[in-house]
Amino acid sequence: MSNREKLLEIDRHNKRNIMQTQDNTQRIFRTYPSGDASCLIDMLQEVQEHFGYLPDLEMQKVARHVDIPVSRVYGVATFYNQFRFQPLGKFVIKVCRGTACHVKGSFSILTTLESELGIKAGQTTKDLLFTIETVACIGACSIAPVIAVNDEFHGGLTTKSLQKLLKSWQRQCTESEVSDECV
Amino acid sequence: MNITLNGQTCWAKPGETVLNVARREGVNIPTLCHMSNFSPTGSCRICTVEVENGNSLVPSCAYPVYENMVVRTNSPRVRRARKTIIELLVANHPQDCLFCVRSGNCELQKLTQEYGVRTHRYQGERRRARIDIASPAIERDPEKCILCGRCVRICHESQQVGAIDFVHRGFKSSVAPALERSLNTVPCIDCGQCVVNCPVGALTEKSHQKQVWEAINNTDMLVVAQVAPAIRVALGEEFGTDDGAVVTGKTVSALRRIGFDRVFDTNFSADLTIIEEATELMHRLEKGGPTPMLTSCSPGWVKYLEHYYPDLLNNLSSCKSPHEMQGALLKTYYAKKIGVDPSQIYVVSVMPCTAKKYEAQRPELGGEYPDVDAVITTRELARMIRAAGIDFHKLPNQGFDDPLGESTGAGAIFGAAGGVMEAAIRTAHYYLTGGTDMKSLTFSPMRGLEGVKQAEVTIGEQTLRVAAVSGLTNVKALLDDIRAGISPFHFIEVMACPGGCVNGGGQPQPATPEKLLKRTESIYQIDRESPRRNSHRNESVQQLYTEFLGEPGSHCAHELLHTHYVERDEF
Repeated sequence: MSNREKLLEIDRHNKRNIMQTQDNTQRIFRTYPSGDASCLIDMLQEVQEHFGYLPDLEMQKVARHVDIPVSRVYGVATFYNQFRFQPLGKFVIKVCRGTACHVKGSFSILTTLESELGIKAGQTTKDLLFTIETVACIGACSIAPVIAVNDEFHGGLTTKSLQKLLKSWQRQCTESEVSDECV
Repeated sequence: MNITLNGQTCWAKPGETVLNVARREGVNIPTLCHMSNFSPTGSCRICTVEVENGNSLVPSCAYPVYENMVVRTNSPRVRRARKTIIELLVANHPQDCLFCVRSGNCELQKLTQEYGVRTHRYQGERRRARIDIASPAIERDPEKCILCGRCVRICHESQQVGAIDFVHRGFKSSVAPALERSLNTVPCIDCGQCVVNCPVGALTEKSHQKQVWEAINNTDMLVVAQVAPAIRVALGEEFGTDDGAVVTGKTVSALRRIGFDRVFDTNFSADLTIIEEATELMHRLEKGGPTPMLTSCSPGWVKYLEHYYPDLLNNLSSCKSPHEMQGALLKTYYAKKIGVDPSQIYVVSVMPCTAKKYEAQRPELGGEYPDVDAVITTRELARMIRAAGIDFHKLPNQGFDDPLGESTGAGAIFGAAGGVMEAAIRTAHYYLTGGTDMKSLTFSPMRGLEGVKQAEVTIGEQTLRVAAVSGLTNVKALLDDIRAGISPFHFIEVMACPGGCVNGGGQPQPATPEKLLKRTESIYQIDRESPRRNSHRNESVQQLYTEFLGEPGSHCAHELLHTHYVERDEF
């Protein structure tokens, strides 16, 4: 499968997901009275729960529902760290930036990840495979520097072992797609 | 109640803020985020003052007075705190005042001078952001923004558009259009109220000065200027005259000295607009609708309706705004009259408005050539006068060129909110009574600075219910009534900016209620002193109809002076 075909497939997959969640968002809109801006954050949270992030279009719908400008909805959403504006990747890599990890070199772990994947912390790769996030402290200081990938912990990292891990995830992706095709 | 302000005892109303009392007593307290007529936010802290027995400094704009309060507005502690605040603001502000369009008129720059900020005391990371130049009317430079929030409040509270708002938090905070898009891709109406209220150079108009200079320097071009009603009562302020001083004659001679070949008056086509609009209204009343008819002179308002109430576009008068009418006539009627090819005519509108810049590039406004080629604001004209080395105060008073320079008092009052309605009523009276003018031409219900003014006039057998609205936050209720089919009105004037064109987005900065009042007074003074005060008495307009257009509402008039509108997305 060429890279382009892969991207197209991922795109189709996402569109299917969006179609499936459409019914659910209608339910969200039904739950909250229209014109009541005090429901804004609750609504945004539910929308994010369904999509994994806040798509522009959904924020526009929410704005219309609670009758405030889209600029204000976006302003509120960007104020809180809990909201994200890009979809999550298949692998969500949380890099611990706590004190212990920092002393043990978590900054170079982060920059290695960023340069290997070509994105910054808080962003998702274009193929929707990887998301990098930073966390204040994961609470696993004894194995610093540590990252958590989809809630699986990898400690005592070096830039070398990190690159190995990355390769194995990339391999996993291609394999799982092949098996998807077989099904 | 009594309070002590800098050692002086003075009287204060309960509930009043310290800032209000101080201003009344002639004590200057600097402000950045404060806006009169809006509730205080206390976000910039520059108005900080010391209250005896209080622990910390308090923001005077939000702090209410109490009996026997002792306030010091200029103590060493206060001055030190204010200086630190300024230094912190400057630390996150580009230091390129040399190139900034607001230099010399910047509120932050003024404060750095007043408080003796001579060094770059705090140095560190600065917020970085891209300049947004995609809008046809307004440019944003978020790096210069000091986050005072004046633009956000005027956009949300006064205009009810909400095109921009604060986004992100802490160091990353900025003011941005929805979804951090460019301003031209969100339903911004280009009214420019944000620009005229910005204390620094973060929001500016899209400058047309370069193309205007190029046209002037091109000897093959006949460069024609037209001056809006509200320019002549505001331009002087840029050169230090009293607020609202009438400088019509100096404006005309300044334009000639800059190099414009002809200088015409948009008041002429304001008179023409009245004739066309009154005719359209008569027509609608006879045909039974759709009423109420809504005026279409304010391009920001037109864009608002297109975005937010597209179902009411049929209520909007089909008349072009006056400067577009003038442009269309210059490139047809006038071009023919003087035997010049319309491609050789370059029309520059001097407008108190940023939305006119956007309007001028609407594709439907113009035939083979755009009706208007460039639009400069009052501020840009002042810059051009300075660039041309003209001493404004020594300019002689000159009159407009003929024939598109004659105007009446009715055209002049287009500059003030309610003026279009007043002028229309004068002419409607003439039409409905079969040729008699109103006895008293002053129609006081349409005067004043209220957001909504309504009146009922009986002319002959017809009773007209009219309203004039300025500031778009006031228009929503009226529009909802029209939508519901319960609007009692026949004719509604709407001006996007609060107070009308005298307070437009292209006027001298900063906008203050005092300036608005003075300019409005001057507008009515021009009307009062005009030899003719009825649009239908404008001889050049009459001549235009006999020579060229035929009669009001004719086919030719429709081709040139009327337009159509487009539905736009709400978002």
